[in-house]
Amino acid sequence: MTWQGWAEIALTLSLAVAIGWPLGVFLSRVWNGEKTFLDPVMRPIEGLFYKACGVDPTKSQSWHAYAMALLAFNLVGFVFVYAVLRLQGVLPLNPQGFAGLSGHLSFNTAISFITNTNWQSYAGESTMSTLSQMLVLTVQNFLSAATGATVAAALARAFVAHRGEGVGNFWADLIRTTLYVLLPLSLVFAIVLVALGLPQTLAASVTAHTLEGADQKISLYAVASQEAIKMLGINGGGIFNANSAHPFENPTPLTNLLTAVSMNTLGWAAFFAFGRMVLAKKDARAMVIAAFVLLFAGAAGVYATETQAPPAQVAAKVDASVNMEGKEVRFGAPATAAWVAMTTGASNGSVNGMHSSLMPLGGGIAMFLMQLGEILPGGIGSGVAIMVVMALLSVFVAGLMVGRTPEYLGKKIEAREIQFSILAVVIIPLSMLGFSGVAAVLPEALKGLMHSGPHGLSEILYAYVSGTANNGSAFAGLTANAPWWDVTLGIAMALGRFLPIVAVLAIAGSLAAKPKLAPSAGTLPTDGGLFVGLLIGVILILGGLQFFPAMALGPIVEHFQALGAVAALR
Amino acid sequence: MLSHLRPAVVSMGLFTVLLGLAYPLAVTGVAQAAFPAQANGSLVRDAGGKVVGSALIGQAFAKPQYFHGRPSAAGNGYDATASSGSNMGPLYDKLIAREQSDAKALRAENPGALIPADAVTSSGSGLDPEISPANARFQAPRVARERHAPLGRITALIDAQVQRPLLGFIGQPRVNVLSLNRALDAQFPKGG
Repeated sequence: MTWQGWAEIALTLSLAVAIGWPLGVFLSRVWNGEKTFLDPVMRPIEGLFYKACGVDPTKSQSWHAYAMALLAFNLVGFVFVYAVLRLQGVLPLNPQGFAGLSGHLSFNTAISFITNTNWQSYAGESTMSTLSQMLVLTVQNFLSAATGATVAAALARAFVAHRGEGVGNFWADLIRTTLYVLLPLSLVFAIVLVALGLPQTLAASVTAHTLEGADQKISLYAVASQEAIKMLGINGGGIFNANSAHPFENPTPLTNLLTAVSMNTLGWAAFFAFGRMVLAKKDARAMVIAAFVLLFAGAAGVYATETQAPPAQVAAKVDASVNMEGKEVRFGAPATAAWVAMTTGASNGSVNGMHSSLMPLGGGIAMFLMQLGEILPGGIGSGVAIMVVMALLSVFVAGLMVGRTPEYLGKKIEAREIQFSILAVVIIPLSMLGFSGVAAVLPEALKGLMHSGPHGLSEILYAYVSGTANNGSAFAGLTANAPWWDVTLGIAMALGRFLPIVAVLAIAGSLAAKPKLAPSAGTLPTDGGLFVGLLIGVILILGGLQFFPAMALGPIVEHFQALGAVAALR
Repeated sequence: MLSHLRPAVVSMGLFTVLLGLAYPLAVTGVAQAAFPAQANGSLVRDAGGKVVGSALIGQAFAKPQYFHGRPSAAGNGYDATASSGSNMGPLYDKLIAREQSDAKALRAENPGALIPADAVTSSGSGLDPEISPANARFQAPRVARERHAPLGRITALIDAQVQRPLLGFIGQPRVNVLSLNRALDAQFPKGG
């Protein structure tokens, strides 16, 4: 570990927060329907959407109507993606000549992209036509991100409301977030990325005649336009199989810094936007601090594990100061460590180095950050929404200790909110551990594994953790394009996405109807150091404890095996 | 649910046109006009204009007179239509065997020197275009021998090709293998 490495990690993580603050102010203006500098361009397009859809953007919906609109929109998205992928072979803009996808792969991929997971059971450059990449995958990168954002907007309005009825209009939130935030940012970012080296062409490939006289066929796509929203939308699905390790997606340390920052910054922005809307900037800041502490600890931990002696490099008697298997030379340990934490802390799931080849505890930290529920900072809006659930549970725990009805941001937190909070977070371990437990004894599932022993268990666990958390990264030794894996991971992704969303919207509906209270002397302050500590404690206990037995059999035991192997070799 | 179906279907259609066609095509138009070199894959051409590779994509080098890239798990090695890491876990027996056998071959060509980590590990993409400066220097004696060139001039060539971290701490020092080998062919064509 070097000071340069620590400086790179600190800069990458904190730049995302720093840029997230002004973006958050802008995001809250968009959610509030306030004037923005983009109005001259976007107002007419926005109006066109409302007119064609027949919706009145000023009409506030009940939480129930809001949730039904959200689910209907995602259902239509699922059907559309599924159909295009099945029919890919007969659709135009397919210079690669790829056939349509199988039923189970289309099912998995459609759920994966509508849920903002971007788990990929396929390799992009040998499966997806240019049309599929643009027309369904790029589009869902925008829309799944905007869907997550609507949840935070609705929840924020619920805290503002005083005996209110509605939580806002889903269509307005969806359309405004897409048109005013995601599209303009992506447009600018995509062009910056092309300037820095990313391809952007409709051609399928080019063939080079190499110095040694061989022919090298090189796959091409409209990479930059998809890469920009893949990162900004916290989606993570690569155009190419190797994702952001591929030099066409991430060619230099500068693109690495920019794309890493972009995969967290709108997640942080949603925290700040929530704080501004609820007039609780200090409380939002406390949540950001709690999340940032955990995220930085994760990145530091991975940096530490990746600079331990890797058994294979010790056995080969080569330089063993850095674990370089699965890493790119231009990134090395620090840039890969920062990325591992940022991609798993947010629900991004892109990788700039292969997680399966991380040291055992490095891969374990990646899993652990996802198990915390994707709140560091999580997806755009979906992250802060679950963080607020954690805050509700924290004030509840504190309320139990002193025997008072807990309050948060001026709202009494009662039985209904706590029931839905538990519902929102209980599906995470249930799906992660339940599916893993079944897969671990099912021959049909075990066929897909590359490793046996603890690393094999980690492949299984990582898959369901990643799917349920809507992350999308993988221990990619697993061959997941088989009916068992495609279908069960599809179900895990849908459960992990829509149950928490509906639960959070139910909480929003319940909170909106309550009167807004002024804080009293008995109110637990939720903007100070004490609360930050309490919140971190609740997150760790909810995330950490219930996964400990499974983790002990996977990454933790493998860590001790690695230590033993290195000691025996030296 | 049914009352939501119309806005769901109509907005999905409009979004598909705007985000799935207009957006990528607009970016493609700007990119092809303003940055054609990057937009088409940062291709490298020889004097006759023939494409010899991409500056960003590693290609296979096996001949002793060239610097070699890292082991590759992309297809059968540096297959730029099948990017992939090995995905092998740190204790996987095939990984240990592979690194041991690669190290053995390298040790034979430059005994006594410490073998750099990136020389025996496969990259995340399988298409890593670069190696560490230490890896290039490790290979320099072999290349100098094959090219009948003084070692000092080969190492000077490497030093001239090293890309340093941005601002001294962002990224790692590295050498582009294709660029280095092209410079080699230009200056010491004998062995090529």
